[in-house]
Amino acid sequence: MTPTSLARILASRLLQGLLVVFVVITLVFVISRVTRDPIAYLADIQSTQAEIDALRDRYGLNDSLVVQYGRFLWDTVQLDMGRSLINGRDAMGEVSGRAAKTLQLGGAALLYCLVLGLVTGVIAALYRGRPADWLARLLAVIGQAVPDFWMGLMLIFLFSVGLGWLPTGGSGSLQHMILPVLTMGTFTAAAIMRLTRSGMIDAMGADFVRTARAKGLSERAIVGRHALRHALLPVVTILGIQTGRLIAGALVVETVFAWPGLGRLTIHSIGLGDYPVTQAAVLLIAVSIVLANIIVDLSYRLVDPRIRGGAA
Amino acid sequence: MAARDVVIPLQAPPTRPRTRHWRRWALLVPALLVVTLFLVAAIFADLISVYDPEHIVLADRLIPPVFDGGSWDHVLGTDQMGRDILTRVMHGARISLTVVVIAVPAAAAVGTLVGLLAGWRLGWVDKVLMRLVDVQLAFPALLFAILVAAVWGPSLRNVILIITIWTWSGYARLVRADVLSLREREFVLAARAIGAHDGRVLLRHVLPNLLNIVVILMTMEVATVILFEAGLSFLNVGVDMGTPSWGAMISEGRNFMPIAGWLIWIPGLAIVLIALTAMMMGDWVRDALDPRLRNLR
Repeated sequence: MTPTSLARILASRLLQGLLVVFVVITLVFVISRVTRDPIAYLADIQSTQAEIDALRDRYGLNDSLVVQYGRFLWDTVQLDMGRSLINGRDAMGEVSGRAAKTLQLGGAALLYCLVLGLVTGVIAALYRGRPADWLARLLAVIGQAVPDFWMGLMLIFLFSVGLGWLPTGGSGSLQHMILPVLTMGTFTAAAIMRLTRSGMIDAMGADFVRTARAKGLSERAIVGRHALRHALLPVVTILGIQTGRLIAGALVVETVFAWPGLGRLTIHSIGLGDYPVTQAAVLLIAVSIVLANIIVDLSYRLVDPRIRGGAA
Repeated sequence: MAARDVVIPLQAPPTRPRTRHWRRWALLVPALLVVTLFLVAAIFADLISVYDPEHIVLADRLIPPVFDGGSWDHVLGTDQMGRDILTRVMHGARISLTVVVIAVPAAAAVGTLVGLLAGWRLGWVDKVLMRLVDVQLAFPALLFAILVAAVWGPSLRNVILIITIWTWSGYARLVRADVLSLREREFVLAARAIGAHDGRVLLRHVLPNLLNIVVILMTMEVATVILFEAGLSFLNVGVDMGTPSWGAMISEGRNFMPIAGWLIWIPGLAIVLIALTAMMMGDWVRDALDPRLRNLR
């Protein structure tokens, strides 16, 4: 792939991503402003009409919606999402502080599901039809059928309430991370395992593996260098989709384990009607999913020599 | 998928394990049993149980299930409000079924229509519709659901709406991809050549060829939709308070977990059992109709 074509693809993907983010924040504006008067959040019950008018003036709610929307977009471009209605702190700062916590969890979960999914997938494919394969597939099916919130609660029930080995929630140490990461990554691990298994089975019967065998390569080299690389392609493809899933999972997992991250803050801010924080959180989430998809898309092109610059 | 076009095995292809068919059919019986049980519970919940799923009897609260020291009056025990859990689980099945029966076909219809339009018209129609699909990927459904619930309040109607809005895009993508290849096929070109108008070509020639893929995705989506509804209700953005959705039951019972574990594991087991069965059946339908799609999930 030539550098120019890579740059062109990157530019077009970024542009598309920008469009997606624009639609998402517009949607949030519509949902949080147009469908309900934010003054309901700002004023308390005893406010007089004069006080309400003053508040409306201060937050620019007397202007037409078009003007409000324009100002909202302009502020967003400057990453100024306003101040939290609850504690008056900068909404974007509040959100990005929490995002680091979620990233910690998400990164660990990604590592966990990749390692577990790839290893079990390869083993299942190599021992196809044997007990190891059967067990791995059974676990994968169960892993995809168990809702994450329930799994989290059962893990707490077992390891925290029952055995007392791990804390029930909160953050601070490595022990705090174990249960949330297990909960967050298991579904994706199961998906990766299934994909790896079928990809490996395909690869082991393909011409290039036969060639590698004919060359007299060791089984380890055949599996690791040839077959697995082939099987990785579909895994890379779904990682983009799974990033969105992991972030959605963070909403649930952080609620179950009282993890002070972006997901919990988002749900909290929506519940309190703190719309500047909500908007900042949604913006950040949308941007990270778009970026993850772009990275996956580009790495896919780099990994797979069959896809060259031109093909969209 | 070009890589698996031509595969000429040098040695004999690995034979399929002999137990495979046997195992497949062995699982069919319990699967059908679970589905029947689920349907009967969902449809005849009021006839089977003498209790009202939302009637609060504080004197009877937190009675354990019969196998955990309870009595046969409440086979699966009662919750923190003294409501009969078996009854609530059955009514929970009804809510799951309602959501599946409405949201899955609705999403399939919308998605198919969008996919047809995008793949047939191409040009700017295609571009706009496909960007819409991208937006959904960038916006976690759960977040959207929470926003909607915050504005309009939680209700079953909103749950169905949210799930429909956030699952049609899968159909749209698949259908569009198939339409792109179908529109170049001889029988479609022939139909257009003899002057059939677009509506007729789409309805008589293209749509019938899409049915398989749509049906496969629909069966595979059943489990997703059930899990999604449970998740929404667990976060209190699904059904209204007090409604016996499985997710809501788990959410309400959470605080009593150390002393009354059955509040959590009974509805959870119901979700897992039906989701597992739905997934297995989805796989069978896919294998029977079009094994090429096995990487769909």
